[in-house]
Amino acid sequence: MAIKVHGSPVSPAAKRVLLSLAEKQLDYEFVLVDLATGQQKKQPFLSLNPFGQVPGFEDGDLKLFESRAITRYIAHAYADKGTPLISEDPKKMAIIGVWMEVESQRFDAAGQKLSFEILVKPMKGLTTDDAAVEQLQGQLAAVLDVYEARLGKSKYLGGEEFSLADLHHVPIIANLMKTKVKAVFDARPAVSAWAAALLARPAWLKINAA
Amino acid sequence: MVVKVYGATYAACPLRVMTCLFELGFQFDLIKVDLQSGEQKQPQNLLRQPFGQVPSIEDGDFKLFESRAIIRYYAAKSASQGGTNLLGETLEERALVDQWMEVEVNNYNPLIYTMVLQLVVLPQQGQVGDMELVQDCKGKLEKVLDVYEERLSKSKYLGGERFTIADLTHLPNTRFLVEEGGMEDLIKRRKNLHNWWLDISSRPSWLKVMDLPK
Repeated sequence: MAIKVHGSPVSPAAKRVLLSLAEKQLDYEFVLVDLATGQQKKQPFLSLNPFGQVPGFEDGDLKLFESRAITRYIAHAYADKGTPLISEDPKKMAIIGVWMEVESQRFDAAGQKLSFEILVKPMKGLTTDDAAVEQLQGQLAAVLDVYEARLGKSKYLGGEEFSLADLHHVPIIANLMKTKVKAVFDARPAVSAWAAALLARPAWLKINAA
Repeated sequence: MVVKVYGATYAACPLRVMTCLFELGFQFDLIKVDLQSGEQKQPQNLLRQPFGQVPSIEDGDFKLFESRAIIRYYAAKSASQGGTNLLGETLEERALVDQWMEVEVNNYNPLIYTMVLQLVVLPQQGQVGDMELVQDCKGKLEKVLDVYEERLSKSKYLGGERFTIADLTHLPNTRFLVEEGGMEDLIKRRKNLHNWWLDISSRPSWLKVMDLPK
């Protein structure tokens, strides 16, 4: 199979890629990388991602890492298949690009750490740092205040259509909704409705059912 | 149409945008936002940038924020108009450019940003920086720079054989590392990385930006 994703089903970054493939209705092979034994830090995986992180991606001869670069590639290479994830209009694409940066640097900064503290640490036998959780929740709340204003004016973050700007959030939102951080989303009606719509997308349900 | 750039000549993210605009030949006016007095958090700037930061741009009616989104927009504009192409020619080249832009955001910038905070910003505010944290970041950065060294041993620039926004995006934070950070030896000790840094930091667009009045 031409498209291969190397990763783990628990990795939000890997899920970001799987979701974009599902939205595009593309076939792919999933190659399991065992994070528990540190397989991602060894060869042969390191040849795919020298930073030793999942996911890695192949499409024929092309090899890529960094989930958000992979999703961009998928969105462009398969623009005519499945759900459009980008815009051909340069100004519309630029606005989508703004909110992709916001997700990557502001939302994920708090969201990914919260997910790690609350969900991942206990699985590894470590103790959640409650003070850090409080601080990170505050950080996330400030970001979601900006989202609330934005989503009051625009159906999706990048504009009136679903795009990568929304898609990139889904794995971490899904994780946080399983925790007390759900309250931060619920307190903001536009954000809450947007998050619910994302988690109800058939492509997301499909990759989680597998 | 002259692009309005809201920012300051001493802040990394506005430098990223201004360098890109010089590279591509898009004229701009810098409208100074006084970061020392917190002007970026004032209502007028919040309308341009809801997180209260710089830069933002106005190009006629079109407004953007996030420096990396801004440089992508202008790079795409230039390439589509048959001008300088800083994005990559093929789908595959562009994917590699995107990959290394993500590396800068996720693996490179966070370490440098933390060091800037501890070494420069907190002392300026009369606080003591956490030197242990700086050492920790430095150790992590060494490993990251090893990966860059390996990459640059196989290709002249990060995205491939041509200079692209993947290289440009590294200019402001690498400058900090070398200057205020006093860690030039991290670069110098890695032959390919050093050659790459000398190359990109001697580009006319970067020299022009460095020459702008503070």
